[in-house]
Amino acid sequence: MTLEAFFFYAFTTLALGGATLAITRRSAVHAAISLMVSLLGVAGLYLLLNAEFLFVSQIILYIGGILLLFLFVIMLVNLDAGRGLRQFHQRWPLGAAVTAIAGVAFAILWSRAKLPPSQTMPDVGNVELVADTLLQDYLVPFEVVSLLLLVAVVGSVLLARKRA
Amino acid sequence: MIEFWLIPVVMMLVIVGLFPPIAGYIVLVERKVLADMQVRLGPMRVGPHGLLQPLADALKLLLKEDIIPRDSDKGIFYVAPILSMFTAFVAFGVVPFSEQFRIADVNVGLLVISALGSVGILGIVLGGWSSNSHYPLLGALRSSAQLVSYELAMGLGLVCGVMSAGTLSMVQIVRNQQTQGVWYVFDNWGAMAPAFLIFFIAAVAETNRSPFDLPEAESELVAGFHTEYSGFRWALYMLAEYGNIFVVSAVSVTLFWGGWLRPFPSVGWLEVPLNYGVPFLLFAGPGIASIVLLAPKLKYAPHRYGMLVVGGALTLVGAILLIPAVNAVAAAPFWFLLKVAFFLYVMIWFRGTFPRYRYDQLMDIGWKVLIPLGLGTIALNAVVGMI
Repeated sequence: MTLEAFFFYAFTTLALGGATLAITRRSAVHAAISLMVSLLGVAGLYLLLNAEFLFVSQIILYIGGILLLFLFVIMLVNLDAGRGLRQFHQRWPLGAAVTAIAGVAFAILWSRAKLPPSQTMPDVGNVELVADTLLQDYLVPFEVVSLLLLVAVVGSVLLARKRA
Repeated sequence: MIEFWLIPVVMMLVIVGLFPPIAGYIVLVERKVLADMQVRLGPMRVGPHGLLQPLADALKLLLKEDIIPRDSDKGIFYVAPILSMFTAFVAFGVVPFSEQFRIADVNVGLLVISALGSVGILGIVLGGWSSNSHYPLLGALRSSAQLVSYELAMGLGLVCGVMSAGTLSMVQIVRNQQTQGVWYVFDNWGAMAPAFLIFFIAAVAETNRSPFDLPEAESELVAGFHTEYSGFRWALYMLAEYGNIFVVSAVSVTLFWGGWLRPFPSVGWLEVPLNYGVPFLLFAGPGIASIVLLAPKLKYAPHRYGMLVVGGALTLVGAILLIPAVNAVAAAPFWFLLKVAFFLYVMIWFRGTFPRYRYDQLMDIGWKVLIPLGLGTIALNAVVGMI
């Protein structure tokens, strides 16, 4: 097994294992930490594809930003009340059936699909490439997206403001 | 092939092995400097002028009982300090001490440090939460709110530096300062100085240092997020804190103050007086002073001989740095560490000078002062830099 394959499987295990734990843990903080492991695994996969800018942004934005806010909210609102509750809606046979059908469909699709060989980014100047693409080739869509985010920010401030 | 991995591996071992004692001595310097500012003597008993105090402290921490609260979340309680220290130490991996002495030259080095910093916060937050106690939880909440706010301001300061450098690689940033012939703090006709100040203030807040040390404000929160930690786990948090301080100072030095370059790197005739004179004076001067002035005053004989040994060793280091072959290699890391030491001193100075901010003042400074100022400096530097 080459080093690259080893890291690929290691990161995949992190991503999938973390994701599984994130939805099965009862404690909200444990679920958030499992989510962090999963996000780290995905970041590692980016790094394997030589997309180091994406790797670092993933860590800064998702772990340093979003996950930290998750934890902040979990700690403010004591969510441990949900720990003792049990799932009671009894729909798991239906869920299992849907999962099985989706799995079979995916297997059929996988066996028929002709996947293109995976491409890695050029080895040098990853940040520069991202910058050039975003700020030259796709300048207008980029600015439109930033405007959209601005609208979201202003909107959330407006919603959170107390009615005077 | 040996060249390729030898220096990074050796550097790695040296940093992991040497940083804990160095952090111990930074603590001693901090206590001594603060004592001096408050007209006290500071630690004086262990060793001459308290020079062996860090060893005594380390031994105490190693032998202390490791107390774990019964209702704490054990797994997270164990992992949290390790997470903090791990991120602090990994960040050393991209810090260039000189052209030769560095571990990795990563394409996105600056962002890696920023990312590790933001993961390191999780160590504090999780440690505070898992203690299952009120004061640590409040400390953790404060810390996460504070760090999310100040990370933005810090990023804005960094963006200014990166605009001048045109790269995110820590090594290349220093090389570009050499070719452009300017330390970036003086770049753009002085427009970069506010960017550095914004970065540095935010960095002090990011490392939980006074006057921004609300997460561990002892007058209100006992010890903040690490109230329930004791012994070696507490020591890990302390190591992480000093590691982060060192890394933040190293980033300021690399991005704004010319990294390993000596002052006026393009003026040839200054090389001999600066590269030979300054290290010799800095090491041999205090060395001779401690032999001549300090040692005779010590009444206790072992302390007197100890002081003589320390003075002799310092003088010897100064003399060794005069050997041309050694100087050629050691001058660059010397300048880097000297600048880092200066910023460490400034942080201690802050602690001795400013009273702690109130929580609302902290948030006001972050959101209403630093971020608008940061955006302004980016616009200013972008315009001035284009001219």
